[in-house]
Amino acid sequence: MTDVRDSPPVGDSRAAAPAGATVSLENLVRSYGKVRALDGLTLSIDAGEFVAFLGPSGCGKTTALRVLAGFEQPDSGRVIVDGKDLSNVNAQKRDMGMVFQSYSLFPNMSVLDNVAFGLKMRRQSGSQRRTKAAELLELVGLGDQSVKYPHQLSGGQQQRVALARALAIEPRVLLLDEPLSALDAKVRAELRDQIRSLQQRLAITTVFVTHDQEEALSMADRVCVMSSGHIEQIASPATLYARPTTAFVAQFVGISSRVPVQMDGSEVVIFGQRCPVRTGDSAAVTGPIDALLRPEDVAIDVDPDGTGFITHKSFFGATTRLVVQVGEIPVRVDVRSDVGADLALGEHVRPRIIARDVLIAARGPLEIPSDE
Amino acid sequence: MASIGTTALVIEATDGSLEVDNRRPRRKKFRTWRLIVMVLAAAYFLAPLYAGLKFALQNDSGHFSFWAFQTLPSSQGFSAAFFLSMRLAIFTAVVELLLMVPTAIFVHLRLPKLRPMMDFVTILPIVVPPIVLIVGVLGSAPLWLKSSPYLLSVFYVVLAMPFVYRSLDAGLTAIDLRTLVEASRSLGGSWIRTLVSVIMPNLRAALLSATALTLALVFGEYTMANLDGWTTMPVWIAQFQQSDAHVTLAAAMALLIGTWLLLSLIVAADRSQSRRRRRRAGTP
Amino acid sequence: MAPFCIYTGVGLGVPIVYIIRNAFLTFQGKFTFSNMSLLVHGTYLKGFENSLLLSLLTSVVPGILGVFLAYSIVTSNSAVLKRMVATASAVLANFGGINLTFIFIAAFGTTGIITGWLNFVHIDPWNHGFDLYDFYGVAFVYLYFQLPLMVLVITPALGGLRQSWREAAQNMGASNWRYWRHVGIPVLMPSILGGMLLLFGSSFAAYATAETLTLGTVTLAPIQIGDTLAGNAIAGEANIGFAIALGMLVVLSITMIFYGLARRRASKWLR
Repeated sequence: MTDVRDSPPVGDSRAAAPAGATVSLENLVRSYGKVRALDGLTLSIDAGEFVAFLGPSGCGKTTALRVLAGFEQPDSGRVIVDGKDLSNVNAQKRDMGMVFQSYSLFPNMSVLDNVAFGLKMRRQSGSQRRTKAAELLELVGLGDQSVKYPHQLSGGQQQRVALARALAIEPRVLLLDEPLSALDAKVRAELRDQIRSLQQRLAITTVFVTHDQEEALSMADRVCVMSSGHIEQIASPATLYARPTTAFVAQFVGISSRVPVQMDGSEVVIFGQRCPVRTGDSAAVTGPIDALLRPEDVAIDVDPDGTGFITHKSFFGATTRLVVQVGEIPVRVDVRSDVGADLALGEHVRPRIIARDVLIAARGPLEIPSDE
Repeated sequence: MASIGTTALVIEATDGSLEVDNRRPRRKKFRTWRLIVMVLAAAYFLAPLYAGLKFALQNDSGHFSFWAFQTLPSSQGFSAAFFLSMRLAIFTAVVELLLMVPTAIFVHLRLPKLRPMMDFVTILPIVVPPIVLIVGVLGSAPLWLKSSPYLLSVFYVVLAMPFVYRSLDAGLTAIDLRTLVEASRSLGGSWIRTLVSVIMPNLRAALLSATALTLALVFGEYTMANLDGWTTMPVWIAQFQQSDAHVTLAAAMALLIGTWLLLSLIVAADRSQSRRRRRRAGTP
Repeated sequence: MAPFCIYTGVGLGVPIVYIIRNAFLTFQGKFTFSNMSLLVHGTYLKGFENSLLLSLLTSVVPGILGVFLAYSIVTSNSAVLKRMVATASAVLANFGGINLTFIFIAAFGTTGIITGWLNFVHIDPWNHGFDLYDFYGVAFVYLYFQLPLMVLVITPALGGLRQSWREAAQNMGASNWRYWRHVGIPVLMPSILGGMLLLFGSSFAAYATAETLTLGTVTLAPIQIGDTLAGNAIAGEANIGFAIALGMLVVLSITMIFYGLARRRASKWLR
């Protein structure tokens, strides 16, 4: 399988390609009966930017994408692309390319005809269409498969054809609705890189919906974390990871333990040591609070008088994850596996914070993200 | 009448349900057009049923009356025809199940490679419809068989094969036959025991479906019975037509309603079975 | 396994072989092509032609109507309607020939109830060319079980039309009509053809309805077979029945072969 980064740059037909469009979603509201799928969603995307919508099922990310594409009408709010209000424009006239989750290739057409379909709808001549389609198939590494039919291709190959098809019409915005979810892990990883480098080369504004945080963090310029129809936080992957502003986001990006603590000025007391609080909205929380910890924020020392004892041990290869019971709180700690091999269940340990600062939030139950 | 075999092929393909999960357009023009289509279709299908029922519920002077239905059982030749059909139906059903259940199980367990061939065999009765079959039968059957109405039964078994086989096969797939049998045998059950206590109870829906269809087929089969000269229910109805139209209609409607009930049973059984299969496959 | 093979082999094989053999014999038992040549002339040819024409008519028309009807039902939001139609289709497709004849006569016959209603509003179909007992009348009655059969066949295919195809087409700039033209109908075509072939076979083989309705006045191949059995054949042509039967076997076999091919193509695309 040819790596798309090795493909020759596309010829003249690409030279005049428009840069991506700016997208603005203004106060989108969409309800299904009593459920509010979109709750006043507002967001601006720059030209050529790659934005990921990340969230659990039902958070509204797919609905937002479909509203942008024109497949669903919002109850109120506007969709603005390149300054033009598209709210009353049909899906077929919006000039956006969409890649669906699966099975979106037309089964009765060859791969080449599938890719050329959008151009056919735009009434380009036969030879023009076919040349363009062949170029795009070359771009996604499937130049030699053009006469095959969709049912003869693997899932990964089908999605690459779907991508080529969406790009063929030189869309202003590229939309991807969980395109990698139905594929196996290895194929997913390869395709992830291909999509990202293709997008960067072509500089198309892209919106990518996923529930997989790894995908979102590794591909996007900005990640928009959603829950219950509204945006929890939108920031670059690094910012999101280091400075999650809400507990929901924190738990989505790796937080796996909550420890009740006491506030003391601008510091908290946790595991018997003082620790500065991370700056941000969380600093303004009043009342009983928890510290939100990542497994890599905590270290343990073996100590028969220690406050915690090991209740679980899971080997993950390079690291071993322990669950250390401190009082009533389970604390998840990652240790190197060579160290972890020497630890036994029930062993008493003393936990300590090794992070520079801790994130705090109002006291509440722990919600572990599903891929824990 | 569409052959039973044809319907068998089709019901097998649909799992007996018309459910489909697609979000669909809601444009107004489409909805009115759709309403018109369905109203017209409903009118076409309901009209003859209404007419039949009305006619059957009238007496000679045109007033509403159950008279036709009341005199039906005592009409000349009715009970003979009814009981003949009943005997043929039972005989056919018994032979059919005795023949097909072991075969279906056997093919399912031991010879999965034979499945395509079985598919072909079950299409065969569609290629050889009753009218063609009876021609060959009347010429080639031995005299002792020809003098008995059960000759019909013998060939009804053949006619019913496509549906019965498919029904049983679907049922066996739904219950994961192989696993059940292995479990039973490993716990020490003999073949007979396994068949009676393990397989049969789980095949209830399929057996019901198959039996209902066999009954419907026998009670509705006119072609072969008529040309063979036996007065089964449908033949009787056609003959009696001369005497009294109202009673004839009453008989026809009774047969129709009976068939409707039987076939509804089949569809319901098929659906409960496919629900089971879906649950097994893990789909919600 | 063995009992099954024996039973089927004998049950189907013997009559079939007998038919094939006798198609080529005279009444006295001598080998001859006369039966077959009779088949392609005169009334028997007419019978075959009529049957083929009738089957064509009652496969194409209900075929197309069935697609529209099925689409109407599939796109409705009422689960109750869908279930009702599912049961109704399965039942109607199996309606026994003679019962159908009688309720149609009761409704649309010269003194039928529906005819009466139409007369009441000054519409008189019988005096304007409508005849329940002629060729088109038979077709009219056949619709009653052919249409539900088509609905049953085509509905799963309609359900297999993925939403994502339609949206992808829209996304690419296709209007409703262009979607159907380039994607929807082509994808459905194998199933539609398969359905029509099934309808064709079903109609071609039907005997009871036509016979009880027309009492033999419309020349159809199955009815002609029935006539020879009832002793109505002309002397010297006694074995024509077998020839007709053989002809029917050939037609039906060809039909089912094409049906199998259509089915195979359909399942490849609609998986």
